[in-house]
Amino acid sequence: MFSRKYFSILVTCALFALMFAVGSYLYTGFFSLQVILNLLIDNAFLLITAVGMTFVIISGGIDLSVGSVIALTTMISATLVQEHGWSPMAVIPLVLLMGAAFGWGMGAIIHYFQIQPFIVTLAGMFLARGLCYVISIDTITIDNAFYTAVAQTKIDLPGGSYVSINVVIALIVVALAVYLAHYTRFGRNVYAIGGSEQSALLMGLPVAQTKIGVYTLSGFCSALAGVVFTFYMLSGYGLHAVGMELDTIAAVVIGGTLLTGGVGYVMGTFFGVLIQGVIQTIISFEGTLSSWWTKIVIGLLLFMFILLQRVLSTRRSMQP
Amino acid sequence: MNGLMKHHLFWPLVVLAALLLFNLLYSPDFFQLVMRDGHLYGSLIDILNFGSPLILVAIGMTLVIATKGIDLSVGSVVAISGAMACLTISEGADQQAGGLVLTAVGMSLGLSLVLGLWNGFLVAGAGIQPIIATLILMVAGRGIAQLITGGQIITVTSPAYEYIGAGSLFALPFSIFIVIAMYIAALLLTRKTALGLFIESVGCNPKASRLAGIRSGLVTVAVYMFCGLCAGIAGLILSSNVSSADGNNAGLWYELDAILAVVIGGTSLNGGRFYLTGTLVGALIIQTLTTTIYMIGVSPEITLVVKAFVVLAVCLIQSESFRKKLVHRWKTRRYPAEREVTRHV
Repeated sequence: MFSRKYFSILVTCALFALMFAVGSYLYTGFFSLQVILNLLIDNAFLLITAVGMTFVIISGGIDLSVGSVIALTTMISATLVQEHGWSPMAVIPLVLLMGAAFGWGMGAIIHYFQIQPFIVTLAGMFLARGLCYVISIDTITIDNAFYTAVAQTKIDLPGGSYVSINVVIALIVVALAVYLAHYTRFGRNVYAIGGSEQSALLMGLPVAQTKIGVYTLSGFCSALAGVVFTFYMLSGYGLHAVGMELDTIAAVVIGGTLLTGGVGYVMGTFFGVLIQGVIQTIISFEGTLSSWWTKIVIGLLLFMFILLQRVLSTRRSMQP
Repeated sequence: MNGLMKHHLFWPLVVLAALLLFNLLYSPDFFQLVMRDGHLYGSLIDILNFGSPLILVAIGMTLVIATKGIDLSVGSVVAISGAMACLTISEGADQQAGGLVLTAVGMSLGLSLVLGLWNGFLVAGAGIQPIIATLILMVAGRGIAQLITGGQIITVTSPAYEYIGAGSLFALPFSIFIVIAMYIAALLLTRKTALGLFIESVGCNPKASRLAGIRSGLVTVAVYMFCGLCAGIAGLILSSNVSSADGNNAGLWYELDAILAVVIGGTSLNGGRFYLTGTLVGALIIQTLTTTIYMIGVSPEITLVVKAFVVLAVCLIQSESFRKKLVHRWKTRRYPAEREVTRHV
């Protein structure tokens, strides 16, 4: 019972441990707390986005607009702060609200007009990316005191290691998401809709509210990831986070979430993101391998996990 | 008149005509064709020439979408095919040799077919959702393309290879003839043989078609292979047009443009009926739109915003519940009595 329910998340954890062990065995200096923390520092924005995406995929949908929303957030933050002299305290809530509104709009179209989420979020992706260029085609560097202060703050941990504020934000998001998914009515509704929308509707669950809520959440998470990304890059640029949607989906799938919806864990996504980080770290430690190997390895992992899901789900349907 | 308006090509053609009309009003020499050194030049020729890779990819995509699938990997296949061809040529002793170019073309088309086979196998054999199955190759494909090129942009100097994308035949760009050939081939295969019917029936209900005696698995695999081949040829045209292969940027966003072209052409994403001619018009609309935006001097990146609205509008029109809501509102506004009647029936 236990093993079946948690099987794929266990595979993900084991794979992470294995990859980390292999890295530690092969490269000196790999086995340290700071390397693990760097995984979080460099992937905080990916983690936040992937958490939002997990909810969308559990509900049986998909959100392709996340990367573009991140870019749009960096762009709007940079313009308002740099060129219009707004205070970051006003800008950050504004961009978060815009991200959520963007997600809400897509969710409403998906639900009320019954268009496939794939195509609606594709349009959202075009739109957000295009709006970036409407604002500016060039990079806007941010030298606002608040942003640079947040970017450079290091929170010291015992043992001489440190994390950035971004990591703290990401971990809080993960903790809240775990709570939201497993201990609230909204979370249960998301799982129910992912399992079968028809049944959820017949059970009297608020399908419309939940479905739109899921995309709003994803939009909000992308915008928050955009804010974190702004801290990380200290610039706004229309080409930021190109292809991020695929990394995000890959992280969620590697984390054991079923693409057909209804099954998945936020913690799985957490490890999915860490696995992607480890791949990148191993490749950068190796030095001779080029960065495109990351894509190939992630593609292979994606393939393995989808196949695993397939085998598991056919076995489940054979033994009712 | 009503029958004409209901024809699936009516709205796409109206949009295309409107775009062309706008161009005519904006710059009267848009339709001018100039004969220079035995080549025809002009904006219309440019649209056909630069649009040819998109049309090819979109034709393949139409058939895939008709089987209720989708192929996200076409952009990556475009990059891989161009990279493969350029690598083969650049490693040859004599880059001018016709045999070498033929080998290069053969190898990259073979590779594209294999990639299509891989997609088809995942969808039909392993039973994975098409979006996800082709996502794998979309992610890994860019990596493979860069692996082939070694992360560099491979440049070749081979007039024979250049002919594919930049040469001309009967004063027209050669790529147009490739497109016409592929289009006619696809049209004949699907409309003059039972294959088209098989594809539509698999798209409507794969299980029922299998029970009716259609080998739906085989049809699906064949369709993905054809889509791979189309993307491969598009990759050859693109890379030979600039005589180089760029693993990172070749064919970027192609999958989206191709899907957009198919959807504009009237083929529903829910599978079933498909319209190759509609796709052709759809692809031409996208290319004309891009050219128009370049010409009126708006920054080309704005195209993305326009495309976003086009996708949304087309999808809303295709959406049954949207139409119902619209019609319902329109009817109730016009005939309040009818509502009363239906309420009591």
